[in-house]
Amino acid sequence: MRKFKEFIIEKLILICGIASIFFVALIFLFLLKEGLAVFNIVSPFQFLFGKSWYPISDPPQLGILPLILGSLLVTLGAAIISIPIGVGCAIYIAEVAPLKIKEVLKAGIELLAAIPSVVLGFIGMVTLVPLVKNIFHLPTGLTALSGSIMLAFMAMPTIVSIAEDALYSVPKNYKEGAFALGATHWQTIYRVMLPAASSGILAAVMLGIGRVIGETMAVMMITGNAAVLPQSIFVPVRTLTATIAAEMGEAVVGGEHYFALFAIGIVLFIISFAINVTADFFLHKRQ
Amino acid sequence: MQNPTFEIKAMRASYGAKEVLKGIDINILSNSVTAIIGPSGCGKSTFIRSLNRINDLIPNFHASGDILYRGEDIYSGDVDVVDLRRRIGMVFQKPNPFPKSIYDNIAYVLRVHGFDMREMIDEIVEKSLRKAALWDEVKDNLKQNALTLSGGQQQRLCIARTLAIEPEVLLFDEPCSALDPISTAKVEELIHQLKQNYTIVIVTHNMQQAARVSDHSAFFLMGELIEFGKTQDIFTKPVDARTEAYITGRFG
Repeated sequence: MRKFKEFIIEKLILICGIASIFFVALIFLFLLKEGLAVFNIVSPFQFLFGKSWYPISDPPQLGILPLILGSLLVTLGAAIISIPIGVGCAIYIAEVAPLKIKEVLKAGIELLAAIPSVVLGFIGMVTLVPLVKNIFHLPTGLTALSGSIMLAFMAMPTIVSIAEDALYSVPKNYKEGAFALGATHWQTIYRVMLPAASSGILAAVMLGIGRVIGETMAVMMITGNAAVLPQSIFVPVRTLTATIAAEMGEAVVGGEHYFALFAIGIVLFIISFAINVTADFFLHKRQ
Repeated sequence: MQNPTFEIKAMRASYGAKEVLKGIDINILSNSVTAIIGPSGCGKSTFIRSLNRINDLIPNFHASGDILYRGEDIYSGDVDVVDLRRRIGMVFQKPNPFPKSIYDNIAYVLRVHGFDMREMIDEIVEKSLRKAALWDEVKDNLKQNALTLSGGQQQRLCIARTLAIEPEVLLFDEPCSALDPISTAKVEELIHQLKQNYTIVIVTHNMQQAARVSDHSAFFLMGELIEFGKTQDIFTKPVDARTEAYITGRFG
């Protein structure tokens, strides 16, 4: 009887385990089935490197280069802002902050992670967008720059908490060793702690970027959504995610537009997958 | 009578409310090896780790009393702790080379202290490794990661790293407790040679080691200094009954 119970429980857990993989596989298959159909209309090269996205003109022009560049530009901007601040914050929390401030900061970072992206987008729209417009004297504040700044806030919690964890797990005797050799605190951090934690910090950065590139709501609200090749960070851009979210509702099921949006989904899936695999690689290298 | 390197009077140390050193008076003489012996938890590690203030890294640690290094109170406010630690080198219980190459482990220390000429760094790396009796074993693999060395080699690398910045004192906190007998013999031999130029303090739970390497021995028990004298005397005719009980192996 006891054996039978064990058997049932084991199998149940097995099913749970398989289920998650099964669903991922199903989603990916569905994405492929719907998305690959677009290549009956345009070649993969035209699709990826085509410069114009006019899905409802006749004939439709389905080039997603502006969207890819839009996503990359916004992500790159967010990375440039969030990586130094995030890593700096992690160093402060892990190494410098007194216990009380440390706890307040950690709670604050978690709170930042808990803000729904639509709320961040909304706040960005009413505060950041006019600010960017006035500072740079632009016709509109709905730009790639605004998106980058907003997304930096979303990447920060991930970067800070994982990088802080990586720094915290550097063996204490490295630090003692450096101090005993007459290194200052900063020399210890810069030359011993950071290199020792580097793979964990890289993983933190990759996961932060992964969060940014998949983000939809906030970017849709504040990047202006113009599907044109971006010339600078001061113009409106449209990202891959925002395109799907904005247009899926009006695309005819089974139409060319519909297939193209699924193909964008595949592109996003591949990018996120690559980022996660890279992050995973660094995380495992650490152990 | 030699000048003492450390003059310590009524030294107390505690972690939070737990007092681990309860009034230690001891003079540590220059150019000699002083061994600190005693059972686990007697405060010997705390004692040695207070001498270069590395215990400051532990939250709630507090030391008081007169702890004079060459006449200067090392716990007074205007002491430059970073410089103090450069002058008082320390080798730890567990070898702790940085996860860098053998060469960079030493070069790092030099760069921290402002050396930036390549030839000079090369020269000091070689000299330090020679002093630590490691040069012949690693001279062809200086770019190898230090963590791939054996425990004994790692410990000698840590000694080399410490010697590179020419400290005045060497503190060894149970340097051989993680090493095999052959490595231990090498490290002990090294301590013997280093005695010529350095004041050395070594904490050890191995009494044969204390007898082999040291000139003076101090026996600690439950946070107090029970007996201090020439190693020969401590081991052959201890005055205190507790010292005798410990060195003959009746407890500890």
